[in-house]
Amino acid sequence: MSDLTKLTIAEARDGLKASKFSARELTAAHITAMESAKGLNAFITETLEKAVEGATRSDDRLAKGEAGNMEGIPIAVKDLFCTKGTLTTAASHILDGFTPEYESTVTANLWAEGAVMLGKANLDEFAMGSSNETSYYGNVVNPWRRTTDDQPLVPGGSSGGSATSVAANIAMGATGTDTGGSIRQPAAFTGIVGMKPTYGRCSRWGTVAFASSLDQAGTMTRTVRDTAIMLEAMAGFDPKDGTSVDMEVPNFEAALTGDIRGLKVGIPKEYRLDGMSEEIATLWEQGVDWLKSAGAEIVEISLPHTKYALPAYYIIAPAEASSNLARYDGVRYGLRVEGENLDDMYSRTRGEGFGEEVQRRIMIGTYALSAGYYDAYYLKAQKVRARIAEDFKEAYKLVDTILTPTAPSAAFAFGEKGDDPLEMYLNDVFTVPASLAGLPGISIPAGLSSDGLPLGLQLLGRPFDEETVIRTAGVLEEAANFTAKPTTWWRA
Amino acid sequence: MSLDKATVAKVANLARIRVEEKDLDSLANELNAILGWVEQLGEVDTENVAPMTSVADMQHRWRADEITDGGYQQDVIANAPSDEEGFFAVPKVIE
Repeated sequence: MSDLTKLTIAEARDGLKASKFSARELTAAHITAMESAKGLNAFITETLEKAVEGATRSDDRLAKGEAGNMEGIPIAVKDLFCTKGTLTTAASHILDGFTPEYESTVTANLWAEGAVMLGKANLDEFAMGSSNETSYYGNVVNPWRRTTDDQPLVPGGSSGGSATSVAANIAMGATGTDTGGSIRQPAAFTGIVGMKPTYGRCSRWGTVAFASSLDQAGTMTRTVRDTAIMLEAMAGFDPKDGTSVDMEVPNFEAALTGDIRGLKVGIPKEYRLDGMSEEIATLWEQGVDWLKSAGAEIVEISLPHTKYALPAYYIIAPAEASSNLARYDGVRYGLRVEGENLDDMYSRTRGEGFGEEVQRRIMIGTYALSAGYYDAYYLKAQKVRARIAEDFKEAYKLVDTILTPTAPSAAFAFGEKGDDPLEMYLNDVFTVPASLAGLPGISIPAGLSSDGLPLGLQLLGRPFDEETVIRTAGVLEEAANFTAKPTTWWRA
Repeated sequence: MSLDKATVAKVANLARIRVEEKDLDSLANELNAILGWVEQLGEVDTENVAPMTSVADMQHRWRADEITDGGYQQDVIANAPSDEEGFFAVPKVIE
């Protein structure tokens, strides 16, 4: 039998239905891949027994003709989604030993469609980071290396374990969460497809909260079709999430018509940054040409407040985080460090339990929300956010989708951007604006850098118009024909 | 606006994060660098702009004020570092 880990979700689905292999065989192949890739540190918790049980159940359902849309598909779950009876850490020391008594809506939806859990994927602590270097459980390693040296590279973040597991063919797909680019940027760094749907499309219930007005679950897969299949299984209205939107989930796979003739694609001039790398600029132009050749109309647009998106984000997200993370007090779950009194116990628990970057963001947020500074920082940032959202609204009067690069560079080495938090924040310059506006976005692998690393292009859409984004991404994917794979150096 | 050491200590206390005295200076520098960079938001004209408070244009849903779920005391305290007789246990707070 050929290597089952090389299949796409769509191919595996068809193969399972045609009984070419069993769900147990498919899962076993991925468990073998997982075992030979421990050096990548993609998982915090492996759930091999659960995986085998799930695959067995899938084989039963397949035999009875009751297969769901993700039946028997082995996936990784970012360790930010609560999974009943399985350790859930958010990659933080402060959640030591936390084993939820409930299941997040997103994962429950996936299990209902037959998906099989391989394990809980590593991430930046509380999803705060762009390189997966802030995890209490250690760095995740990118399966890709430069052709010029053997230096280990970051997989991007915060969904670094999810990205690596999919890029290294350990999992067929993975859940991610995207607050400012945490799905799209690691997807670009690892040469896979990553999609953040519209805010409100997937339930936030049971997902460890970072910044509630920005957090959105999404998919990480190897093809656009797989994204469509998986997103459809995850999404849907949930009364338990106050900002979940009560709308039908379309058949996303049906959106892949391959026809974008007459579609208007916007190119925002403000994304052409001073000092943008030549490679990224060339790739972007290439993307424009591909879409033009497929019959799309290219329109130059302006999103005038783009440069203010990052500073606004770095007030809003920490402010919301400081409030959300107030719940980690050593009383209800996780780590407790005893102290002289209750307050001292809180401070010692949080001082030891949170890593540096998380502490930094909580402090910024606490300051921005504190008496006397609220108007100057938080309120101002929320007003700037309104202007950014307005920019997109105006642009979508002229165009149907927007094409940009996903990240300003390819993957970098560990420690390369560690000293200056601001330099790290700039990684999200192209992804944050759409996060602030709550828009759907996808990153697809579109080319290689001169030293052989994947580079991504991003497509953004109107609210709840994931279908146009997916349709356009399908065309871009076909034109880019990205077939490069990392060498499997990590296999012992 | 620039944070001095005393303000950082105050913010750390508000956030209930224990920060060692020796780390206050470097933390102040880091926070000041971020806040200094954020100052550029002042360049944006936000006269008559309402702050964004809802991402999607949506009406909040109402539901009847009824108890629909509950009765999970054991589940709720299952992860508690310390519990007694079905309650979370904390250090003594009343002298």
